[in-house]
Amino acid sequence: MTNKELIIVGGGPAGLAAAYTAAQTGCHVLLIDRNPQMGGQLIKQTHKFFGSEKQFAKTRGLNIAKKLISDVETCSDRIEIICDATVVGLYADQVVNVLHNEKYYKYHFDALIIATGAGEKMLAFENNDLPGIYGAGAVQTLMNLYGVLPGQNIVMVGSGNIGLIVSYQLIQAGVHVKALLEAAPKIGGYKVHASKLRRLGVDILTQTTIQRAIGNGCVNQIETIELDDSWKPIKGTEKLIDVDAVCIAVGLSPLYQLLAMGGAELKYVPELGGMVPIVDGLHQTTINNIFVAGDVAGVEEASSAIVEGYLSGLAAAAKIGYQQPDYQKSIADYQQQLKNLRSGPFGAKIRAGLKKVEAKTNA
Amino acid sequence: MRIFKHPILDFPKKKVIHFQFDGVEFSGVEGDTIASALYANGIKKLSESVERHRARGLYCAIGNCSSCYMTVDHIPNIKTCVTPLSEGMIVESQIGKGVIR
Repeated sequence: MTNKELIIVGGGPAGLAAAYTAAQTGCHVLLIDRNPQMGGQLIKQTHKFFGSEKQFAKTRGLNIAKKLISDVETCSDRIEIICDATVVGLYADQVVNVLHNEKYYKYHFDALIIATGAGEKMLAFENNDLPGIYGAGAVQTLMNLYGVLPGQNIVMVGSGNIGLIVSYQLIQAGVHVKALLEAAPKIGGYKVHASKLRRLGVDILTQTTIQRAIGNGCVNQIETIELDDSWKPIKGTEKLIDVDAVCIAVGLSPLYQLLAMGGAELKYVPELGGMVPIVDGLHQTTINNIFVAGDVAGVEEASSAIVEGYLSGLAAAAKIGYQQPDYQKSIADYQQQLKNLRSGPFGAKIRAGLKKVEAKTNA
Repeated sequence: MRIFKHPILDFPKKKVIHFQFDGVEFSGVEGDTIASALYANGIKKLSESVERHRARGLYCAIGNCSSCYMTVDHIPNIKTCVTPLSEGMIVESQIGKGVIR
């Protein structure tokens, strides 16, 4: 078994950012990702980000990934990277088990940052398992990474930012977005994204949901139904739409499984997408020296994942003896950046959720 | 269907990779996963569910959800949405839980 100072699980925005700040302190990092390349979901995001300059606003997601990866590469003497490797075990004696090229490897760590991100939620409706019904991330992956169209006539379900942005990306790729369904009375995401779609002639149907999918071997029709103010389906409002694909964008839930295996205290917080770890102000879980960063700690935007990564990278390194002279100042700066990102009406849900998982002993 | 024209992304011509799916010859391109190559060929049903034999396609495309399991080069339960396509692969729809030979 090999000993490593800091192991980071997940090379998405949070993991890359954490590796970078940790390595800046002199700490040696092993960064593990199950994909063939680093960058997480950013590598398929063609849209420009919001926020401030510090979090790469106005930059396309895939270019943010490139920047974060090149930052990490500048510290190649202190950051070791293993791709195509899945962390399948986390044990109480500070050991992780890694599956790589059909072999298992065990590593002991002094500190661990779990940045596994989030997975897509599913929606319950008849025949929701038909091929041609995908998560919004899958649609982005197929189109923007592999250059393959998910279908030619699609209905999007969910009007959060992901649903809105992916609808726009579908149109860019030449797909006909026949309708965008939203069960709530109001559009969930930013108005600027929704207006863009409206200008392109996309029907955004609020208080409407998908009731069933129809098809043999692949979806070729869906039935929608309108909902009343108490979210109950209104009989007689059913409509059929011909499609060859349906995109489900009803949110993400944190990939907490590794934390559960390690015994970290978790809590169900719907505002954060599902099961999330209890953490202190430095993103340390209830297990000593195990930290989290990014969506696994609560589903947010990539910009907050990056800042959380920078913060937890510094905090984890400091915890095992690599404390910089300006440590307190840097941590305070990152905490302030996170606070700014979560301010305003769109951050209200996140703020409420995070309150529920703060450990009592804030460091 | 593949994307050829895109306002932001470039999809240059890539090396063709040949493979077999359920006994029929198909081709994908370098950089494809098994599932992306099949979807580019218009094949969306990858396998059948274990008990009720319902059609299964890919759902998450990032190796999370297990909906895309197929038998590849006689090995069952391969996550085809994240497994790179390679020349001469024998890809089969998986019926049932799969048998290790």
